[in-house]
Amino acid sequence: MDMVRSEVRKLAAEDYSTAQHLEHASQQARERNYQDFLIVDVDAHHYESESYKDVFEYIESPVIRRQAVESAKRGGRASMLGGQIGYQDIGGRIIRHELRRHDIRRHDKLGAPHHRDVGMTLEWMDAMGVDYSCLFPTPMLFLGLHPQVEVEVAMCRAYNAWLCERVLAVEPRIISMLYLPFNDPEAAYKTVKDFGDKKGVVGFMVTSPRYKPVHDNAYVKTYALLEEMGKPIAFHAAYNWNDQSLSLTNRFISVHALGFMWFNMVHMTNWVINGLPERFPKLKVMWIESGLTWAYCLMQRLDHSYMMRTSDCPSLKRKPSEYMREMYYSSQPMEKPRDRSILEATFKMINAETQLMWSSDYPHWDFDLPSVIYDLPFLSESGRRNILGGTAAKVFGLDPKPVKKIP
Amino acid sequence: MPECFVAKASEMQDGDRRIVVAGSAEIGVFYKDGDYFAYSNYCVHSGGPACEGLMINRVVDVIGPDRSYQGQTFSDDVHFVCPWHGYEFELKTGECVGDRRLRLKKFDVVRRGDDIFVVA
Repeated sequence: MDMVRSEVRKLAAEDYSTAQHLEHASQQARERNYQDFLIVDVDAHHYESESYKDVFEYIESPVIRRQAVESAKRGGRASMLGGQIGYQDIGGRIIRHELRRHDIRRHDKLGAPHHRDVGMTLEWMDAMGVDYSCLFPTPMLFLGLHPQVEVEVAMCRAYNAWLCERVLAVEPRIISMLYLPFNDPEAAYKTVKDFGDKKGVVGFMVTSPRYKPVHDNAYVKTYALLEEMGKPIAFHAAYNWNDQSLSLTNRFISVHALGFMWFNMVHMTNWVINGLPERFPKLKVMWIESGLTWAYCLMQRLDHSYMMRTSDCPSLKRKPSEYMREMYYSSQPMEKPRDRSILEATFKMINAETQLMWSSDYPHWDFDLPSVIYDLPFLSESGRRNILGGTAAKVFGLDPKPVKKIP
Repeated sequence: MPECFVAKASEMQDGDRRIVVAGSAEIGVFYKDGDYFAYSNYCVHSGGPACEGLMINRVVDVIGPDRSYQGQTFSDDVHFVCPWHGYEFELKTGECVGDRRLRLKKFDVVRRGDDIFVVA
């Protein structure tokens, strides 16, 4: 009998580590020589709720701080920040959500001088071959739905201050577009003023599930300030299962597929039709985590109606799609039709080679690896490099030299 | 074809599995209901460790005689799930249940006495 050198692994939960979980991603990174060029992830996450005890200490109002601290002690009962209905881990099938507790324990034991989210984030970044990651929160993606606007503002300021001090200040490979408390326009403006120059702050992010129109005059001075600073504004998608239309869906697959497009389609439509690209021509606008097909669809819908109803949007000097084609898009969750020509047409529609930026969304359930872009046969070499990191480096002002350490 | 040692049969309990790394191949070997099954550990989707996730029975809708929806339950078909994104595979065939045109490469398993080998 022939024998080859082999080894046998048992699978034990207590042995779980992110590096092992992502070993096949590291294989891809080595095979594709990611070490040789820049890869920027424009949308990644951590679970800030695991650090709420620390974050709450940064809440400026002593009354809201006490409410937050006390409500957090109640565990599974009603909390001050609330939550969103959902089962993103597919009934436990995405095992890293449960097993990450072993990673947390391991990182806590290391006794690193910085917050454990720094080490945990760098671990998966290196495993995938990522140089820089734009880190976003997770439960706070739904904070725009909170009925108490002052709680959104208080929590936003606390989280931003905590993130700047505990994470961004100590690790240059982790950057962020900070949370904007959009339900309070004055607070949003103050957030840009107060945090815009902090280390690692490369822009500002609006969580999309909310019910304030982006064309409200109350936001004009914030857009002007961002344009002047050269910092992008990003709209990060999520769902709201309590939205009147989305509440008609009965499975997570449905509310996720629709919800992550829906709010960005509404905001994009308002953004373009109200002529904001004409009023803020140098403001960089990014659309995050809606995939790509929504833009392909909306460009055609708006262009079609625009030719008949130019009087509805007199500020526009061009077709809606021409403005949309100058904005930026994150790639994940990238749809992968069996017929590759459909994907190629989608890339062409949004000028992907200069406007698309790769994103992982890790560690969430539908994350993408850099190979979703790297392996596409229809991209030019410069386009591939742009999407994987070059465009983000320009927009965020990053050093294009690779700094990752692939295991 | 080279054979790689997996485990002693007496060491593998119902529902157990091993990951065998043989050269450049990674193979998941399952033992379930008296049978052994072996598949490539690289998911057809994005290369995740397809054989390292949850084993779980197939979910089915219960439809009444009048075609009304009556809830959901688990069937007897056993699946294993890629832990990266949740792609599900039928244990008996390695077929991807979301698109039966996709399947994991299957490997033969042989037993010699108490020793289990996979043919890599």
